[in-house]
Amino acid sequence: MTPSRIALVVALLVVVTVPLWVPGDYYVSVCSQILIYAIFALSVDVLLGYGGLVSLGHAGLFGLASYTVAVCLGAGFGHVAAIAVALVVTLAGTAVFAALSLRTTGIGFIMITLALGQIMWGLAYRWVSLTNGDNGLSVAHRPMPFGIELDTPSHFYYATVVIFLLMVIATWIFVYSPFGASLKGTRDQPRRMTALGYHVWLIRFYACLFSGLLAAVAGILFVYYTEFISPPTVSLTSSAEPVLMVISGGSGTLLGPIVGAALIEIVKNVASAYITRWNMMLGAIFVAIVIFMPEGLVPGTIQLLRRIVRARGREPAPAAAGQPTAEKPSP
Amino acid sequence: MSIWAVLAINSITFGGLLFLLSAGFSLIFGLMQIPNLTHGSMFMLGGYVGSSMVLTYHLPFWLAALIAALAMAVFGGLMERFLLRRLAGSILAQVLVTLGFAFIIADFCLMVWSGDPISVNTPSALAGGTRAFGLFFPTYRIAIILIAVIIAAILWGLLDRTRLGAMIRAGVDDPQMARVVGIRVSRLFTIVFCLGAALAGFGGLMGAPILSVYPGLDFDMLPLALVVVILGGVGSLLGSLIGSIVIGFLYNFGLAMVPELAYFVLFLPMVVVLVLRPQGLFGKQAP
Amino acid sequence: MRVNRRKFLAGTAAIAGAAAFPMPSIAQPKAVKIGLLCDKTGPLAEGGIQMEQGATAFLKSKNFTLAGRKIDFIVADTGSSPAQAKTKAQELIERDGINFILGPLAAFEMLAISDYVAQHKTPILSLAAADDLTQRKPNPYLTRASATSSQAMHVMGDYARKEMGLKRVICLDSDFAFGYEQQGGFQQVFQDEGGCVVKKLWAPLGAPDFTPYIAQIQGVDGVCQGFAGAAPVKFMKQYADVGLKLPVCGGETAGDDALLPHFGDDAIGLVSACPYTIDLKNDSNAKFKAEMEKEFHTVPGFYAAGMYVSAMVIEAGLKALHGDLSNPERTVKALRGVKLEDTPRGPVRFDEFGNVVGNIFVRKIEKVGGKLTNVTQKTYHNVSQFWTYDVKKYLAQPAYSRDWPPVTACKT
Repeated sequence: MTPSRIALVVALLVVVTVPLWVPGDYYVSVCSQILIYAIFALSVDVLLGYGGLVSLGHAGLFGLASYTVAVCLGAGFGHVAAIAVALVVTLAGTAVFAALSLRTTGIGFIMITLALGQIMWGLAYRWVSLTNGDNGLSVAHRPMPFGIELDTPSHFYYATVVIFLLMVIATWIFVYSPFGASLKGTRDQPRRMTALGYHVWLIRFYACLFSGLLAAVAGILFVYYTEFISPPTVSLTSSAEPVLMVISGGSGTLLGPIVGAALIEIVKNVASAYITRWNMMLGAIFVAIVIFMPEGLVPGTIQLLRRIVRARGREPAPAAAGQPTAEKPSP
Repeated sequence: MSIWAVLAINSITFGGLLFLLSAGFSLIFGLMQIPNLTHGSMFMLGGYVGSSMVLTYHLPFWLAALIAALAMAVFGGLMERFLLRRLAGSILAQVLVTLGFAFIIADFCLMVWSGDPISVNTPSALAGGTRAFGLFFPTYRIAIILIAVIIAAILWGLLDRTRLGAMIRAGVDDPQMARVVGIRVSRLFTIVFCLGAALAGFGGLMGAPILSVYPGLDFDMLPLALVVVILGGVGSLLGSLIGSIVIGFLYNFGLAMVPELAYFVLFLPMVVVLVLRPQGLFGKQAP
Repeated sequence: MRVNRRKFLAGTAAIAGAAAFPMPSIAQPKAVKIGLLCDKTGPLAEGGIQMEQGATAFLKSKNFTLAGRKIDFIVADTGSSPAQAKTKAQELIERDGINFILGPLAAFEMLAISDYVAQHKTPILSLAAADDLTQRKPNPYLTRASATSSQAMHVMGDYARKEMGLKRVICLDSDFAFGYEQQGGFQQVFQDEGGCVVKKLWAPLGAPDFTPYIAQIQGVDGVCQGFAGAAPVKFMKQYADVGLKLPVCGGETAGDDALLPHFGDDAIGLVSACPYTIDLKNDSNAKFKAEMEKEFHTVPGFYAAGMYVSAMVIEAGLKALHGDLSNPERTVKALRGVKLEDTPRGPVRFDEFGNVVGNIFVRKIEKVGGKLTNVTQKTYHNVSQFWTYDVKKYLAQPAYSRDWPPVTACKT
């Protein structure tokens, strides 16, 4: 059992047993929120970290899923139907987003996704007959899978954990598959990939679809969690949050977005109860991360731990055979 | 019809204000490829500092504007020198740090100036307006467009006609070669960033008699600056000026003529331009 | 390796152990807990900060003791976000076990938590103005001491027609529910009394420049607006910049007393209808203004007054219940049964839906002694959320929206 395997098992145990050791239902709910945003952050990371494409409009897709569920439930659909429709509609929306946005890369991609996100926000406000405008839509009750009600925070949390783990596994498979490798290739060397015969645009398009799927799942969980959806959820700030989560946690990793989500959600929900200037604190944390761990909390912490291990002089050859040491000079 | 005339005048003058807002962003992004997301916050902070100078210390408006510009230049210079410089090339880290500062500045302003909007009266020399041809020409707004044009001319002259400008452009095109030739590229970049920040701060107070200064001004204006830079083309100051005026027209006529599309009047054209011509109306072809 | 593993597990156990300690409880036996949900950050921070000031001013003046019971006052920041409002409501109700909720401010925040609060049977005193919260979709636990969006605008419609003599008006407001409901209320009363609303213009939220809308104002003798937050200050400047001199009337937020130090001279002459006015001369208002000046060095406005009065209602309710909060339904009944004569806004009582019945003041901004202030022109007494309409008929008509009441051609 390597240290990272142990860490993984412990982390899993911690996550799965949250309702047992976290003090109070309120904090269990916060943990549910962390996991939902972690999925959302993962969706952004698929494109940002592994594809090199920064999207500032993902709240549009997230919100599309949430609104679709709310509208379908309001129209009398059952939960299964509402969820299915939401997934399909969001995937279709993602296809349109991707088709438009992938016309450019780099800053152009960021701008188009930002504009598309703002358009979705505008639609949420103006299409009052569908979305009820800024009064929002309520969701009356949560689904009852296998007859288990999800109204108690710990039940909802367990349901969220199951879906979260499924999404993490799916992303893990995606990222470490040959497709994932080709995606990383398009991030690092798009021209070389084209020369080698890879269809760069199509690879990115499929990555967008997968990212949209993750965002949809997060959006569906979100609307069941808050039992309410309104336009601020589709705003530019809501699109910027997962990007910040990914960058601060560490882009291009699986754990990074999760850690970033936990950081921002804990500051927003828990620290804000004790510190009025929590926004300033959050900004200061971001700046500190950039100064001390510019690649993000997760890669930075791993580097720090490696350095501590090496400093103890235990093993002259730092890592197991076959793994190159990626030691970067400190800033 | 007098509505169209009022809208036309306002389109041009609003465009002038947008140029003052976005010139700094365009400069920094065009020359240094840094997406300075603190830009809106510097605009707002400049507005707060400037209006405090006017309201609390009773300084003349122009002096307050210069102080606001100077304050932002210092802030921007420090930010560039100690933080952004070590992140050269790392866009994600730049985004995180500039957004982090945006949060800090926004909360700082809330702490110091609290939540109320601050209103600055138009400087008395430029207050009121002239009535001609059955229309009303607000003097201050006309002054803004004139200032915008003057600043655009100065910036163009600086970058295209002076040695300093040549050195800056050399440093942007090929930093290593420029250093070999003896150009102090890092110092030049700091100067550019200071200039961009100063423009933002100056614009903040210039805009205050029209927009007032209030919490949320930063994120209300930032998307507009982005739209101007994108439509006008990254890296082109002339493009920014023309882009600002185009957006002025889109905004005024769009809101008046197609009110149902009020929320989309800026972002739909932006998507259209980006999809058809990703480098913007005047930008150079990006690789 | 072994050292690391042991240390790692020990560390984790320590963290888990520490987390298992319950969060420090600030409750003492028999204290009544009041939780305030307000926007201390975010775009609505201006109103939210005032709400905190108003509530704190009242509680401080009573030494945090109401009806003989100690008060634990907890303030939670909703960040102008409905999701955060919900989380904070959960925090207050589940973690802190509060007995009353004050706030929230915005309609969308209130709607996000309305079902949740009702489920947990928590009495809530909110300033959120959404009409239907006490009309077609009433929340049985809500007691609203401020007003519905349309309540003051009904009065404005009457005053504009009868006292200002306006006949043709253009309505201009922000493109969201608060705007629709305000202008709807104005339009219904104004038109019922013979006036005509020629056009309704809606500006998108966050619009920097209202000139494209102001430019369309012609062929009328007055303008009605209902902007909130920072927008009223911007609007009056930009209105002056277009060179228009037509009279402007507005709602409770358009002429908010708290904005008086921040308006420019372009606001002189603005007429607004509000449930609170700074120049009301009674003991309670004098006390309120003095406390706000002493504690916070600020001019109180509609939001601060709303919370101050709501806190007074809680005190009166506690007295009526003799401190017995065991039955939430009885608590709400007691709150809604409160009748006060001396509050910063004058006498208040509540109708069967929990909405306030009280004074609405029509005032005009004037320069007095070199400073801008609101001068009351007329006081309307005993105004309910239904104006003078029959309740059943009113509820049968559609809710005020962007398109209702519809704009039809004027007869003149």
